[in-house]
Amino acid sequence: MIRLAAITRVFRMGDQEVRALNGISLDIASGEYVSIMGPSGSGKSTLLNVIGLLDRSDSGRYELDGTDVTGLSENERARVRREKIGFVFQSFHLVPRLTAAENIELPLMLEGVAPAERKTRVDAALDAFDLRDRAFHRPAELSGGQRQRVAIARATILRPTALLADEPTGNLDHRIGAEVVALLEGLHHGGTTLIIVTHDRELGARAHRHIAMRDGEIVADET
Amino acid sequence: MNLRDTLTLSLTTVASYRTRSLLIVLAMALGVAAVVVLTALGEGARRYVVGQFSSLGTNLLIVLPGRAETAGGFPGAALGQTPRDLTLEDARFIGQLPQVRRLAPLNVGVAELTAGGRLREVTVLGSNAELLPIRHMKLSQGSFLAHGSERSAQIVLGSVLAREFFPDGRAVGQRVRLGDSRFLVSGVLAVQGESMGFNSDEIAIIPIDYAQELFNTESLFRILVEAKSRTAIEPAKAAISHALKLRHDGEEDVTVITQDAVLATFDRILTALTLAVAGIAAISLAVAGILVMNVMLVAVAQRTAEIGLLKAIGAPAADIRRLFFAEALWLSLAGGVIGFALGHFGAWMVRLAYPLLPAWPPAWASVAGVATALVTGIAASLLPASRAARLDPVLALSGK
Repeated sequence: MIRLAAITRVFRMGDQEVRALNGISLDIASGEYVSIMGPSGSGKSTLLNVIGLLDRSDSGRYELDGTDVTGLSENERARVRREKIGFVFQSFHLVPRLTAAENIELPLMLEGVAPAERKTRVDAALDAFDLRDRAFHRPAELSGGQRQRVAIARATILRPTALLADEPTGNLDHRIGAEVVALLEGLHHGGTTLIIVTHDRELGARAHRHIAMRDGEIVADET
Repeated sequence: MNLRDTLTLSLTTVASYRTRSLLIVLAMALGVAAVVVLTALGEGARRYVVGQFSSLGTNLLIVLPGRAETAGGFPGAALGQTPRDLTLEDARFIGQLPQVRRLAPLNVGVAELTAGGRLREVTVLGSNAELLPIRHMKLSQGSFLAHGSERSAQIVLGSVLAREFFPDGRAVGQRVRLGDSRFLVSGVLAVQGESMGFNSDEIAIIPIDYAQELFNTESLFRILVEAKSRTAIEPAKAAISHALKLRHDGEEDVTVITQDAVLATFDRILTALTLAVAGIAAISLAVAGILVMNVMLVAVAQRTAEIGLLKAIGAPAADIRRLFFAEALWLSLAGGVIGFALGHFGAWMVRLAYPLLPAWPPAWASVAGVATALVTGIAASLLPASRAARLDPVLALSGK
């Protein structure tokens, strides 16, 4: 499903070149549960951003679901993100002005789904993520766990094939983090490809496939 | 994202940054209100002046004896005297010209008015029945000088005179003495107040023949002529000059003036003034536009992470651009509408404070004010919106 071949990503910091990704080749099959681990600056977040089409590679080739997405324009990549990718971030990234329900509704709005259908789907998501009684609260009135549940509901409302999580438990305490992980794993059991970037060894170990990175290269890939 | 969602979402944004939005809306509203109120003042002044002129009569020509020239060959001209009188015969002759609708010959003098033991000096106008329609005067009681009966001894009193001499209000049908002759009061003029420095409330009007007898003169002071239409004014002027030249043995010894020439000049000056004032007010709108731009740029900087999020969940650049457009649109629309209301309220206050000044804002100014607010607001959002749309998603997500 995800096929990276010799992907390179170079950042320029002043007159220095930093190879965030240095010739990464990686195949991830549909429905896999993968963790990507490594120290800060190892390129794991950049890898996740490239997989999620948020970032583009400087060289190499990327195939998603059998189509080459390497040379897509920013607008085309936005469409692919909308249709195939769900993002979960460490800092939740909820829109502070919107209620929980409205935050979940955002991707449906972007997709142009009719209001009546939007309502049924948001209602279903609120039930599925146990947010029914928080539907009309704004992010500031929600706990960290609730915020991340809203973010996951938003990431999955358009039923993406891949769910990409960047330190999803980084801002949560241990117990709440475990609940969020259980939720993500539940989605994986439902057939979603789950890719988690984390520092947390315990969380990383739960995945079925472990990728370790250092200095922009994959140093270990074991199942 | 469809239009409705874009508008709703941006309205939520505008509503949630309350202080910021209120301040911009206030700036916009003041700009629009300034345009509306200032043009209302300019337009009011224009209408006031035009009104003052047209209260003298519409399509009016005034024929006066003498030539307004300093290069005359005869000694009388230098002294402003006229070699030949303007007579009733001249007036009758002018009345037959096809361009002329009606005319009123005029004699003015001062005489003593006596009635019921009271006596005072009054300004007396000698004229005919046509004076009333030509000068747009109205009667409060009785009737004006009757048509074709200039020989009957009627008098029409100004409202102040009528009140002074007949405090019981029953002036019509009473007998008064003017100079040595007795007159029957046929009517009383309605209160008109002063117009162009001439108070018609304190005059008495009698038939022209009596006036000429009273003042012992054959010559007329003026002939007021009403042309058939606005376009007939210039032909009428030429025809009158020509006709009187023929009657006066080829001597051009009368002056025909039209008020339209003067009126048109005032009209032009005051319209230009209104436009200038509107332009100055529009500058404040431009300033408000720059304010919108500044605030939108700050908004883009503040909401960088949010823009990144929208991009991450798949919003194309156009959607993001439109969201910021819509935000500016709401702000300037609210500013325009509130400013419109505020401006009309202000104009109403001006009318209340100065009832003589018809300070109605012209429709074009209201439309232009609101339209300028919308256009500047949206134009000011172009740069911030495209900056937001061009943000790199990864950098934006990290708030950089």
